Amino acid sequence: MIDVFVTSLQNLLTLHHLSYMMIGVAIGLVVGILPALGGIAGMSLLLPFVYGMEPTAAIAMMVGLLAVIPTSDTFSCILMGIPGSSASQATVLDGFPLARKGEAARALSASFSASMIGGLFGALCLTAIVIVARPLILSFTSAELFMLAIFGLSMVGVLSGSSLAKGVAACALGLAFGAIGTAPANGGERMTFDSLYLMSGLEITIIGLGIFALPEVLDLLRGQTSISSTGKLGQGWLTGVRDTWREKWLTLRCATIGACVGLMPGLGGSVSDWISYGHTVQSAKDKSQFGKGDIRGVIGPEAANNSCAGGNLIPTLLFGIPGSGSMAIFLAAMILIGLQPGPGMADPKRDLDLTYTVVWTLALANVVGTAACIALSPSIARLTTIRFVLFAPFMILIIVFGAFQSTRSFEDILALLVIALTGIFLKRFGWPRPAFLIGFVLAGQVETYFYQAVQFYGYGFPLRPIAVAIALITIASLWFTSRSRQAPKEETVPGGITTDIDFEREEDETAAAKNLWPQVIFTAVTFGFFIFTIAEGAQNSFLDAVFPVSVGIVGLLTAAFVLFWQVRGATGRGPAGTVNFDLDDGASSGSLWRFVGWLVGFVIAIGLLGFTLALVGFFLTFLKVVAKSSWLQASVLTAAAVGLVLVLTSILNMNLPGGLLQHYFYSQLVWPLR
Amino acid sequence: MADFTRRQLLAAGSAAAVLGLGGVRPAFSQASVDFAGKTVEWWMPFSEGGGSDVWARFFAPYLSKYLPGNPNVVVRNVPGGGSITGSNEFVARARPDGLAILGTSGSTQFPFLLGDPRVRYDYAKLIPVLVSPTGGVCYLPAKFGVKTPAELNKIKDQDLVYGSQGATSLDLVPMLAFRLLGLKVRHVFGMQGRGDGRLAFERGEATIDYQTSSAYLTNVTPLVEAGTAAPMFSWGVLDAQGNVARDPTFPDLPHFVEAYEMMHGKKPSGIEYDAYLAFFGSGFAAQKPCMLPEGTSDDIVATYRKAFADAVADPELQKAKGDVLGDYTQAVGSDIEQLYKVATTIKPEARDWVRNFLNTEYQVKL
Repeated sequence: MIDVFVTSLQNLLTLHHLSYMMIGVAIGLVVGILPALGGIAGMSLLLPFVYGMEPTAAIAMMVGLLAVIPTSDTFSCILMGIPGSSASQATVLDGFPLARKGEAARALSASFSASMIGGLFGALCLTAIVIVARPLILSFTSAELFMLAIFGLSMVGVLSGSSLAKGVAACALGLAFGAIGTAPANGGERMTFDSLYLMSGLEITIIGLGIFALPEVLDLLRGQTSISSTGKLGQGWLTGVRDTWREKWLTLRCATIGACVGLMPGLGGSVSDWISYGHTVQSAKDKSQFGKGDIRGVIGPEAANNSCAGGNLIPTLLFGIPGSGSMAIFLAAMILIGLQPGPGMADPKRDLDLTYTVVWTLALANVVGTAACIALSPSIARLTTIRFVLFAPFMILIIVFGAFQSTRSFEDILALLVIALTGIFLKRFGWPRPAFLIGFVLAGQVETYFYQAVQFYGYGFPLRPIAVAIALITIASLWFTSRSRQAPKEETVPGGITTDIDFEREEDETAAAKNLWPQVIFTAVTFGFFIFTIAEGAQNSFLDAVFPVSVGIVGLLTAAFVLFWQVRGATGRGPAGTVNFDLDDGASSGSLWRFVGWLVGFVIAIGLLGFTLALVGFFLTFLKVVAKSSWLQASVLTAAAVGLVLVLTSILNMNLPGGLLQHYFYSQLVWPLR
Repeated sequence: MADFTRRQLLAAGSAAAVLGLGGVRPAFSQASVDFAGKTVEWWMPFSEGGGSDVWARFFAPYLSKYLPGNPNVVVRNVPGGGSITGSNEFVARARPDGLAILGTSGSTQFPFLLGDPRVRYDYAKLIPVLVSPTGGVCYLPAKFGVKTPAELNKIKDQDLVYGSQGATSLDLVPMLAFRLLGLKVRHVFGMQGRGDGRLAFERGEATIDYQTSSAYLTNVTPLVEAGTAAPMFSWGVLDAQGNVARDPTFPDLPHFVEAYEMMHGKKPSGIEYDAYLAFFGSGFAAQKPCMLPEGTSDDIVATYRKAFADAVADPELQKAKGDVLGDYTQAVGSDIEQLYKVATTIKPEARDWVRNFLNTEYQVKL
């Protein structure tokens, strides 16, 4: 065993290995910092170069990239509110409000130090666990994975804010959105409107961008001069590190969650992200600041997503089953360079030294990546002090471009628009968006594992020992949640940035609307959507219908409850209580819809003229009309945007979304236009 | 209409070449096609990192090496819609100038063979330039005590469980095979890949499984050595005459048709076997075709066929192919038509039978 360690260390500490790792780290930094380009894009960039490389060099490069992305993608989460990847959506919840309070520096350094500890701790766990990982992974069958998914869903209780009914309804809505597409059991198509695009379901990237990023951007556009409301970065580098040190046990607990979830094939980064966020909120005594800029809300998920990336390596290396999208490409690259992952990777007589080299490269790259991120932060964080109207078109561009990465079709952008409208209303009417996300992220797992567990073990599957243990943990967690929901509230600091995790109860009058009709209409539409879910689901064979119909019924009941109280309030028959929530009621800072109009205009222009021309038009008019730029400034910024997009598309070797122009005149057009 | 005129022109052009240059035409066609400074886009209707993507990326540098003018060959992924989207887009968009080629897989062929109304590509019109076969091995838990397919009768009344990716996925082939053999197999759907199915087998949830050759060698061979799994048969390959033959990777293992004979004492036949054979050909023996768009000139087709033949003969490729291509003979040059036809055609009555079978047994609406 010792000689295996020694061999791995020798492999690791050669100049050759280290220099390739540094290349990977450097690319990972760039890809991570550019919002909406995550591990999958980064790995696809490397893939063409990997072929023909010497195996250990290729692995060092790829692992370097994989290790640093969960760290560097934090920039866009905190500074712009754009989830850097699907595994870092929860960071946005508290990270972005912190940046808006002018505490970007503190949030970044806390998150980087948490990332580093998470990554190192993850690597440590993996070193210890590799030998026994095979039996461990094999002991988690579909039954246990289903119970884990249920545990994840139980976090909705923690993340529901003032109204539990809205939380459950939002979660059901997420589950229903997750049910769109081909069913896992009999392959029936649900809510697809016969479209090929919806057949494979909605992409998590698009959901994250639509639900979190776009509503924030549009909201910021009305009024805010820069992302940081104080226009300052804040002096908080050391404070952030101290925050992480103070929360060291939270950091380690979340790192453990990340490593465990990463270890299980089939759960994935976004699940670990949300479970660790839920755990962070649940284990905090004072929950009043979550969603408004609580530093712990950044530390927890960031510790988890780095260790999760490490955990993901284990099923990939030991079983050849990728734990995430970027791992799938890692696996492909291994096969291209002639390495076939399998049980030999955990065998001291065969490739175990290679596995250790990978795990420790990951740890080392984490440290290097963190150092680089901290060094880069002061300059990148300046973005939050730029006049927002100049910055907003770039953010919209990046979000649209990021959404388009999913399947590279125009439908991606249309889907983004629909999801963004949903996100805007969820935000405005206080339907907890984290609950929606948890539902969406877990929809596939809940349905597939339930069906498989019943098929393999019959309806007695929850009685398997590990399943029972997970069930007990879930019950304990729910019990703690219900206790803390009843705990008396502390006074909160007025003027906090209100987002949806609002733990205020009846006494919170700020968001309680006088005119309830807008909320009533939204709830009624949601109610209608659940009826549609049930109707569409029920057309399928029994196995494909069970899930959407059950979700639809739960959603219908909770939405009905919400609707009852809201109508009661709207018609003046009595107070609406906790379900009354409308951020826009009597808002003075101008309408959001003007900016939604800009977005819709951009999308329509893409549909007509294709991406490049639409981009030029959108930038020029937006900068002239909204930002009132000079022609010089407008053209320089437009050129920069077009340059950025063209460089990215040519590196990623993709075509930009085309419109009717491209459809009819494809042959006559040349590259950037077609 | 414009398309038709172009085709006529091209036909006229090649006819002129034949008339004018007679016997030296092949040399002429090589010289007239030059891709120097151009970029060839290899359309890939799957996302990065899938089996087909790896296959295309493996071939790309060799294709570049052997095409005249050494164009830059890039793989362009157009994923979504179970690979129907990207293939539809290819036939709508790609021009027959030799700068766009399409690589598909069994999962693209199956909806075409099943007559899925959303398919707008027609394999009969695309022009194949390379066909890559693949294979796999079916195995059982050793505890059943079944050592050869001849003993499969021992478990024919036993309920077996198979972890499947879906009734219309590549796992349709094992579904038809098990049914033909007369085994009672329950298919549990929703697996995300064959790896998931193997995991279910290792956990003891699934009691029959197959893995593609390379995954079998790395992941199942240790189980066989440890005495927990027993190999039954390989799917086999198709020889130049279109007969099922033993898999070169597993020369000691009977192929499916032999296994059937060992179990039943006679060769399989009938409409169910026709259906099986069509999907086996499309899903394994000729799994990955690479094609040029309809209307591509004979010159370009000949250039591509020669480039792939040269690439496959390249000792460097042979040395590097490892698990990507396995030991299978790549169909290039004149061998290609026969294998391509197997992969992309099905008798109408066999198609109707499968559609009806999927509809009545698994409520698949097509």
